[in-house]
Amino acid sequence: MKIGIAVFPGTWSETDTHYATQDVLGITSEYIWHKDQNLNNVDFIILPGGFSYGDYLRTGAIASFSPIMEKIKEFANSGGPVLGICNGFQILCESNLLPGILIRNKTLSFVCKNSNLKVNNNSKFTNLYKKDQIIKIPISHGEGNYQADKNTINKLEEENRVIFRYSSRSGDTSEQYNPNGSINNIAGIINDAGNILGMMPHPEKACEKIIGSDDGLGIFSSIISSMVKNG
Amino acid sequence: MVKEETLKELALSRSEYNLILDKLDREPNDLELGLFGALWSEHCGYKHTKKLLRSIKSTSEFTLTEAGAENAGAVNIGSNKAIVMKIESHNHPSAVEPYEGAATGVGGIVRDIFAMGARPIALLNSLRFSNLESDRNVQIAKGVIEGISGYGNCLGIPNIGGECFFDESYESNPLVNAMCVGLVDADKILSAKADRPGDLLIIIGAETGRDGIHGASGLASQNFEETIELRSAVQVGNPFLEKLLIEACLEISNFNELVGMQDCGAAGITSAAIEMAERSELGLKIDVSKVPVKEDSMTPYEIMLSESQERMLIAVKKNQHQRIFDILEKWDLKCSIIGEFIEGNEVQIFDGEKIISQTSIEALTSPPEYDLSLLSKGYKNKKNKIKIKEEYKNFDKKIINKYLFEILGSNNLISKESIYRKYDHHVQTNTVVEPGSDAAVIRIKGTDKYLIFSCDGNSRFSLINPDVGAQINIAEACRNISVLGGEPISLTDGLNFGDPTKPKGAHELIETFKGFNKACKVFEIPIISGNASLFNEGHNSSINPTPIIGAMGIMNNKTKIINKNFMNEGDYIGVIGKSLWGTENGLSGSEFQSFFDKTISGEININLDFEEKIQKNIRNLIKNNLINSATDISLGGLIMGLIKSCEKNNLGVNIDKSIPNNWAGALFGEDQSRIIFSFDPKNEKLIKESLSNVDWEKIGLVSKENIKFENIFFESDDLFLRYNKGFSTDI
Repeated sequence: MKIGIAVFPGTWSETDTHYATQDVLGITSEYIWHKDQNLNNVDFIILPGGFSYGDYLRTGAIASFSPIMEKIKEFANSGGPVLGICNGFQILCESNLLPGILIRNKTLSFVCKNSNLKVNNNSKFTNLYKKDQIIKIPISHGEGNYQADKNTINKLEEENRVIFRYSSRSGDTSEQYNPNGSINNIAGIINDAGNILGMMPHPEKACEKIIGSDDGLGIFSSIISSMVKNG
Repeated sequence: MVKEETLKELALSRSEYNLILDKLDREPNDLELGLFGALWSEHCGYKHTKKLLRSIKSTSEFTLTEAGAENAGAVNIGSNKAIVMKIESHNHPSAVEPYEGAATGVGGIVRDIFAMGARPIALLNSLRFSNLESDRNVQIAKGVIEGISGYGNCLGIPNIGGECFFDESYESNPLVNAMCVGLVDADKILSAKADRPGDLLIIIGAETGRDGIHGASGLASQNFEETIELRSAVQVGNPFLEKLLIEACLEISNFNELVGMQDCGAAGITSAAIEMAERSELGLKIDVSKVPVKEDSMTPYEIMLSESQERMLIAVKKNQHQRIFDILEKWDLKCSIIGEFIEGNEVQIFDGEKIISQTSIEALTSPPEYDLSLLSKGYKNKKNKIKIKEEYKNFDKKIINKYLFEILGSNNLISKESIYRKYDHHVQTNTVVEPGSDAAVIRIKGTDKYLIFSCDGNSRFSLINPDVGAQINIAEACRNISVLGGEPISLTDGLNFGDPTKPKGAHELIETFKGFNKACKVFEIPIISGNASLFNEGHNSSINPTPIIGAMGIMNNKTKIINKNFMNEGDYIGVIGKSLWGTENGLSGSEFQSFFDKTISGEININLDFEEKIQKNIRNLIKNNLINSATDISLGGLIMGLIKSCEKNNLGVNIDKSIPNNWAGALFGEDQSRIIFSFDPKNEKLIKESLSNVDWEKIGLVSKENIKFENIFFESDDLFLRYNKGFSTDI
């Protein structure tokens, strides 16, 4: 079992992701450089946070055209599990691997804080959490406002593909707990095949109690354990 | 004969020009005059502060660098790890163009840190604005905060703390001081110098453009009124490029072929390259035609003095640059060999084949050193006895309530959360105590260490008495570290002052250094690096003298983490200090005095030995896991200390004492050397033993809600709402 962490110029969460997966959880992780020609037989790909290519043009837009993204698209389209965190989520949307788009926060300001998320545990990435568990994971973004057309949102909701929603500590998902203006408090969604998850909060930054929370580890553990089970 | 305007543009005086003639024994050409203007500026040459800087304690058992010898100061924290830290100001650029000024301020200080081979692991900042009553002031504050956010967040460095303070003295002159902290293996600190003749000088990063010419000599060395026109002197930042530079430079930092590294900051290639040669005790040949430029028609003068951002210089062993160039190519960074170090002590500047300047490095790098003491003698600080209104001395519940609710409208007292939420403070996954407490705590992975950082200053105290103000500045910086359990081990200073060629400015600088000296001795702590920003004047008045201290402390990671917040209902509350209610001078220079009486006056005092003792005592309590929270009594006095201790966990206090008639001083006085702490009642006996040699008293207990004294109480919901409501105008 091997995790590949994609690194674009401007990415800055790769070392945190590597630390959370390899040092804390003990899963072999390696970096995939954006100019690399192949994925080196990794089993699970993470697109970490940061400002790939400076996020010039639109967040995630230039990265979606980088050479390695062609390989990652092939990997994803053949069912390989892919997790996009923050900028990674933006790249997945720009690459049409996930529907919708992330636009500027409603406040027009960058926001960094711990967010409470209500978990939908009906996915490969969250099956180790309890149903509707509330987890504490930091957010850190200027453009995390998830938007999509009405049909897409309806479809996501009907197919139970909203995986995380911003909520209160007790699970209230009303507008006042929405830090960025996302439709329906959406913090993370999954594709229809269930192998691609995009989320704005940073699970790798919630990897040990001493830094405030280790609630993010369940995401990495869930996907790894589902893969181990399925051989 | 050189024209007056030319000298003015370069911020050189006629007598300095004459000194240049003496040193060269000829007239300098235009390029050379530009080099002198840059290198003899305060920013590069420290001509008004060098004498004073030399007087400061700058080394200790922990230090690995000598002050001023490198891009930043370094201290050993054990396990072969070193911390590199420094503060730098970007005041003038931020006044002209707030967003880019602040952004490039962050960029500059970060380059100073990774130039030493250190991975930047934390940013802090200290900001000073005028009140938010005019559109211009709001625009400046907003722009600066957005600039720090926009640039810093892109780099993946956590912004873990700092302060933001409002006072009218910053009306035309906001202050933006940024501090950066880096981590490096103690035996791998890079030096900003070459090794031997033949070493190559290579420029990396951005192309050189016409931006920021005369930034150091112009912006940072003249009175502010003249600089509003110098828009082209402000640079524009590209944080993406900076991020690539960080990664590439750290990747090559361990290569044997790499000899030294230096950032291109103020005065661009001129300062960076010539200072490198000076440190190396070598000569230097530079060919300006080899410097990659943004525009074809740039003159040698422009190339040498441009302050384009995101450029680094490296010294590399002769003919051994290929492996380094490969790494730079991997990161898509431009680079070019622009010169080489040579025997001798001259800098020779070529434009292709043609030599265009040949100057002694010693002459360029030894500006006159001014002795400010004579000038300073012409200035006497006004001594004012504090005036306390009758109303402040008659206990009256209604009146007290009115004053408390009004002062909570002060932007200085309320929570700064709306600012620090704009900065990423979680990245790198080391932040143990987030912004919002007296200091921030980070862990160092792979060691048993926590590091504690704070960055702040109190210009009102320095205005009343710059000597005592400076002592308080260091005492409070160390106290902020101590109340979280850290042992303070190093300081960095940001000196923000008015015109040092006027008696007032000279006096304030000299007295500040006196105060620093006294405090450094008592706390046995060195100032390992720093920055001087002088000439902060405009509209016929200077800013309040504003020394800023960045402090670092260290503690073992077995220590239980506490912060300002009361944790449990029923815990006892104690105050360490001579007197809970302070002294009659407590309102001197306080927020209360400034807010209601519109004045900054009176007398300020600190007993450094006592201060050192209380800090030792609070650290011991934390080390022995006896207490659950600690914070000092500072801005806003006792009542603000209590509100801040209660608000996070929505608790209250029952104080079993009556507020005395002198209620204003008692609640809002800012006397030094007082610490509020809370503890489990079962630890009372041990605490009594531990504090047997220091003044302290138990004052009450943590309650479910409201702030209650025996003769008055305040509803906590209302107080917390006001404390957390955000600034009077959204910034």
